[in-house]
Amino acid sequence: MRPFTYERAADVRSAVAVCAAGDAAYLGGGTNLVDLMRLGVATPAVLVDVTRLPFDRIEETEEGGLLIGAGVRNSDLAADSRVRRRHPMLAQAVVAGASGQIRNMATVAGNLLQRTRCAYFQDVTKPCNKREPGSGCPARRGEHRNLAVLGHSDACVATHPSDMAVPLAALGAVVHIEGPGGSRQVPMPGFHRLPGDRPERDTVLEPGELVTAVEVPPLAFGARSRYRKVRDRASFAFAVVSVAAALDVADGMVRDCRIALGGVAHVPWRAELAEAELCGGPATEAAFTRAAGLEMAQARPLERNAFKVPLAANVLVRTLIDLVEAR
Amino acid sequence: MSELKDTGFDDPVTVDVTLSVNGESRPVTVDTRETLLDTLREHLALTGAKKGCDHGQCGACTVLVDGRRVKSCLTLTVTLDDRRITTVEGLAAGDTLHPLQSAFIETDAFQCGYCTPGQLCSAVGMLAEVADGWPSAVTADVAGRPVLDDDEIRERMSGNLCRCGAYVNIVAAIRQVGA
Ligand SMILES: Cc1cc2nc3c(=O)[nH]c(=O)nc-3n(C[C@H](O)[C@H](O)[C@H](O)COP(=O)(O)OP(=O)(O)OC[C@H]3O[C@@H](n4cnc5c(N)ncnc54)[C@H](O)[C@@H]3O)c2cc1C
Ligand code: SF4
Ligand code: FES
Ligand code: FES
Repeated sequence: MRPFTYERAADVRSAVAVCAAGDAAYLGGGTNLVDLMRLGVATPAVLVDVTRLPFDRIEETEEGGLLIGAGVRNSDLAADSRVRRRHPMLAQAVVAGASGQIRNMATVAGNLLQRTRCAYFQDVTKPCNKREPGSGCPARRGEHRNLAVLGHSDACVATHPSDMAVPLAALGAVVHIEGPGGSRQVPMPGFHRLPGDRPERDTVLEPGELVTAVEVPPLAFGARSRYRKVRDRASFAFAVVSVAAALDVADGMVRDCRIALGGVAHVPWRAELAEAELCGGPATEAAFTRAAGLEMAQARPLERNAFKVPLAANVLVRTLIDLVEAR
Repeated sequence: MSELKDTGFDDPVTVDVTLSVNGESRPVTVDTRETLLDTLREHLALTGAKKGCDHGQCGACTVLVDGRRVKSCLTLTVTLDDRRITTVEGLAAGDTLHPLQSAFIETDAFQCGYCTPGQLCSAVGMLAEVADGWPSAVTADVAGRPVLDDDEIRERMSGNLCRCGAYVNIVAAIRQVGA
């Protein structure tokens, strides 16, 4: 691991100033960054520890939403009674990720900004456009069983690994950012970006920018929501495919819905086509199947991950049926 | 004198920190790159926490920081001053074993014992989480209070692997203490 100096940020301004000066990285729980530094994938000269900044609370907003501090630990997010009551899919997604120990360490910002688990990205002896722009993408022809089927490019077929980000994308959560040039807010799913020809950039975050909070706007029917994750073993594994869905049904009709998919793209994938197809239509299995099919018809699977296309459609349909049947 | 080759590496950076480990104040000088696991084992002669994978995947290195279970292989020691660290060596009160330690012996919850310190620290932290009402991935109603059945124990302990496969008795030991 490259030696580095360690700084503990006293306030936002100084944290941003140090990081914007270059060759520095913010340190959250370290569960991803420390590992990547050990693997030689990340080589910052300075680590700016932001875990003691006062961003560790979840507050109510005036509009009735929740402002989740960037430093809130994943386990505290999932344990929050407001999150559990108002947005079950968010609490479920968080506890579906990693393990108890890792969730105690991981922060909300670190979770959003964790890097892909593509094996080539994590192996510095291999080419990888995301790690070393222009070096190539061996995953396209190699090991890509768990990589993208939607929105990928010639340059990169990686997936975003976060569970938490999937319901946040469905909820249109807004990422609060503080940077050298001032503050700004970016709504999800627009915070993460598709790889295009710049796969080295996972998000729209500019160098030195600090995530300070994630705001979840109110959603009247959020209590009727669910996160469903398919993985290779029962626990402690990344998603192969996942679905976060919230459904507003009355008299057998879908009044409104929010849907996002995980494990299928470089971003938490907001299923806009499926949402549009469902809204105002009947809440039936046939309608759900049609909407899921429409969404997944955009997929361009690779040689060894075509199974994800029907899998994602089936998991979406099942999740919607569960939500209708739920009381 | 031969010229030193530039290795392209910067000089190591060391920092003085004072850790609180098992109730004792322990001043140490550490390389910023050092993890809590290495500090415990290499500087403080506390070899209970084990290095299984060094990537957060096995749980053998689990210790408690401010009462919460964490993976010491991914925790940088420099981040820890003012934090309270408890390792497996700190679970017993003198010669009186922690109830989980006794239960592990009674139910035969280990074979080689390599994963056991991590299992114990993890179980201590996990039972506190359940007492605080935290949900898990198998909690049917995520908004309700979880009830600690075997499925809950298995799910909540999934961050601790056991190569000997002592899982059945590990679950039994935890059930004995937690139920
Ligand atoms: C064994 C294992 C299994 C896992 N399984 C899952 C899983 O199933 N599902 C899942 O979703 N995740 C999983 N994870 C990933 C885990 O959720 C992430 O590692 C964690 O959420 C990252 O949070 P952190 O605070 O530790 O981030 P760090 O490691 O501290 O940081 C991650 C990145 O975010 C940046 N960063 C941190 N804070 C800020 C900030 N405030 N502003 C700007 N940038 C910031 C850092 O510079 C770094 O680039 C797993 C991890 C491990 C080790
Ligand atoms: S898919 Fe992306 S991360 Fe993986 S090897 Fe290709 S460029 Fe790298
Ligand atoms: S050694 Fe820390 S989790 Fe394996
Ligand atoms: S007892 Fe041998 S690894 Fe668990």
